[in-house]
Amino acid sequence: MPLINSPAELEKLRKGILAERDPEKRVVSICAGAGCVASGANEVIAAFGEELEKKGLDAHVDAKGTGCPGFCEQGPIVVIYPEEICYLQVTPGDVAEIVTETIEGDKVVERLLYLDSATGERATLEPEIPFYKHQLRNVIGDNIKIDPKSIEDYLVVGGYSALAKALSFMTPEDVLNEVKAANLRGRGGGGFPAGQKWEGTRDAPEPTKYVIVNADEGDPGAFMDRAVLEGNPHSILEGLALGAFAVGANEGYIYVRQEYPLAVENVLLAIEKAREYGLLGENILGSGFDFKVIVHKGAGAFVCGESTALMTALEGRVGEPRPKYVRSNIKGLWQKPSVLNNVETWANVPLIINKGADWFTQIGTEGSKGTKIFSLVGKIVNTGLVEVPMGMTLREIIYTIGGGIPDGKEFKAVQTGGPSGGCIPEEMLDLEVGFDELTKAGSMMGSGGMIVMDEDTCMVDVARYFMDFLCDESCGKCVPCREGLRQMLKLLTNITEGRGKEGDLELLEELSEVAGEAALCALGKSAPNPFRSTLKYFRDEYEAHIKEQRCPALSCKELIAFYIAPDKCSACGNCFKKCPADAIVGGKKLIHIVDQEKCTKCGNCFEVCPSRFSAVTKISGVPVPPPVPEEERTITGKSKEK
Amino acid sequence: MSEIILQIDGKEVRAEEGMTILEAALGAGITIPTLCHHEKLEPFGSCRLCSVEVGTGDRAKLVVACVYPVEEKLVVRTGSEKIDRIRKVILELYLAHAPDASSLQELALEYGADKDRFEKEASFCIHCGLCVRYCNEVKKKNAVGFVDRGTRKEICFVPEIASRECWDCKECFPLCPTEALQAAYVLIEALKFPRTP
Ligand SMILES: Cc1cc2nc3c(=O)[nH]c(=O)nc-3n(C[C@H](O)[C@H](O)[C@H](O)COP(=O)(O)O)c2cc1C
Ligand code: SF4
Repeated sequence: MPLINSPAELEKLRKGILAERDPEKRVVSICAGAGCVASGANEVIAAFGEELEKKGLDAHVDAKGTGCPGFCEQGPIVVIYPEEICYLQVTPGDVAEIVTETIEGDKVVERLLYLDSATGERATLEPEIPFYKHQLRNVIGDNIKIDPKSIEDYLVVGGYSALAKALSFMTPEDVLNEVKAANLRGRGGGGFPAGQKWEGTRDAPEPTKYVIVNADEGDPGAFMDRAVLEGNPHSILEGLALGAFAVGANEGYIYVRQEYPLAVENVLLAIEKAREYGLLGENILGSGFDFKVIVHKGAGAFVCGESTALMTALEGRVGEPRPKYVRSNIKGLWQKPSVLNNVETWANVPLIINKGADWFTQIGTEGSKGTKIFSLVGKIVNTGLVEVPMGMTLREIIYTIGGGIPDGKEFKAVQTGGPSGGCIPEEMLDLEVGFDELTKAGSMMGSGGMIVMDEDTCMVDVARYFMDFLCDESCGKCVPCREGLRQMLKLLTNITEGRGKEGDLELLEELSEVAGEAALCALGKSAPNPFRSTLKYFRDEYEAHIKEQRCPALSCKELIAFYIAPDKCSACGNCFKKCPADAIVGGKKLIHIVDQEKCTKCGNCFEVCPSRFSAVTKISGVPVPPPVPEEERTITGKSKEK
Repeated sequence: MSEIILQIDGKEVRAEEGMTILEAALGAGITIPTLCHHEKLEPFGSCRLCSVEVGTGDRAKLVVACVYPVEEKLVVRTGSEKIDRIRKVILELYLAHAPDASSLQELALEYGADKDRFEKEASFCIHCGLCVRYCNEVKKKNAVGFVDRGTRKEICFVPEIASRECWDCKECFPLCPTEALQAAYVLIEALKFPRTP
């Protein structure tokens, strides 16, 4: 491919590619994101290739692996264009049928369509699926349309037109002002206004400046950045180049976690392609602007995602936060002014430059503009990535898009903001999502983690779980975090194990203050959030654990017992067979008993007891009733064959 | 260097640009407690004992004096109910590791810290990093460093370097705020029983 030397040449190239592509041509898009690959997408892609070749259709139909559209739970996902027919959970075995029926016969394969379990209705087209219908997918919407390994695909959806526009019609100030006017706030953690950060770097006297992508994505369960890195890497490069142009940087870094091999591969390939085309490198599009991008693989811990730790790691030292009060946009990487933004923040930049700040600010709330990608996980029917306009309520996200809580359970809380976010209770489900709104509720936006919890979740245990994670991830440099969190974890563990004492909550609050106020970096400062928010909204659960040794959610193992109600037991023997600890005493036509001494509380008996009996129960806070005397255990006058 | 005038605990203090609050305070005879600070070393900001309040009203915030640079007209408070409460808890957290360290006991007395507040876990090392940083920054030998992270973090001598350098130096030993012999112990352990990676 010859170098493109001007914006006009880029448009010519784009037109050329478009002209070669018949919009009516069938395209089979198969998600090749990490989630779908784990459930067999590569085999499906191969099967399509073979089947189309076998039938001599390969010249008329394109089959390609694409970026992740977010509905990971239902993968591998196949979308057939131009109709946008969406098939879910496709296996290589389904491929021949799809080719015969849909590609050749223009008929849909009913059984592979989305099925709404509530209404029993199927949805044929992707945009009709409730999970997608209510989203606004500005950032990840193109994922399923493009092969991330093909720069042509990105050009077809308008790629690099924002860069061309900026380089030919805008000054760096114009680009900066557009981002400022858009009020784009950081998607990676603090929600700091990107334009303001850029301006600091731009105005800093030091001539060498850097732009950096934070692609460390350390939050457990979060994968929105991965989806963009893997699925649409050019959008990040384009955003980064725009940022570099605006602030006057000629070098950019992408700090990506090593655990994302596909992301690294796709980003490296994208950089190579962009350089070949002259969209990165020297004299980009003949404008005189030089920009190169270097990928750094982080082997790091969670804390390496913190801005100063990340820059220290980029410099080749141990990734620990720096005790500095100078902002890194003034003195950052190698003491030079450096703009660090999250993957999603950068990916929004080309959209803003292309469509304008006015378009961007139409979406969202007063303080939070645009969309946000959330990773919706936990006790929710539709797990996956959802991109919604800021200001959508938690209820809409969880119920309308997420499909609510599975297995007829009650919603209890949603944890937002990653490990140091907070838990939001049912009463606040109508809260509109936005940076300030979530912070006010005692949680945070963080990078967009959203973990839904149902009635079986113990909120004290949730606080303990996140504290355990953060304690493990603390870099250990400062005392409020290293020692304070360790003591908090001990106290929370004691409470969940029935050893809580009066005064524990006050001590936890004191330690929260010390970490929150005096820790060096935001890891320690925000670490008390899960505890504080659960205490605020679920204090009664803490008190039940401490005062009554009772876990209201019947979840904390040390505080519950499994007990078989004698009047309900029908001696089906399921629990007897499934108990790994030989803790069930039973026999034919005998009421079964749990030997509390032997029971390891694995919960198998509870799971296998048929719902028509529901004889196995969990109890907490009260003594286990004494077992029925051996001579009275025979079940009489009751038919077991039901 | 231009002169800067700031206010510490209501007192007008003169300092030079580039100084930290701690340096300015020391120059004016105002004491701020520290554990991980050493005038020959780069600020580390790990013990957080020197936390002070800067700014007034709604804009007041807690910063560490050993790192925060002086600014013209900056208003600093080195003590308050909140600051004292935080220092007390920090000392209590430390005392769980090194209950008998005299430097800690003195401060504990001043701030009313209870050495039995937290379950004891005597490890003596409080990760102030003085030995590690001194060896690195002043002696430039890197014979001792930190290994692991978080609650598992420990100091560790590198046997190859330590066997060559340490016997004639030992300058880090008296820097240890908890147990002068702590570094000596870890050194000997490293030389006698080198860790197998
Ligand atoms: C412990 C810790 C971990 C973090 N991890 C990440 C991360 O994985 N990705 C990210 O973009 N930001 C992370 N951040 C936030 C960054 O420090 C920084 O605020 C962000 O990258 C700035 O970009 P933004 O303004 O575009 O969000 C983390 C912060 C802390 C304190
Ligand atoms: S707050 Fe925690 S992670 Fe941050 S510097 Fe202190 S010890 Fe390290």
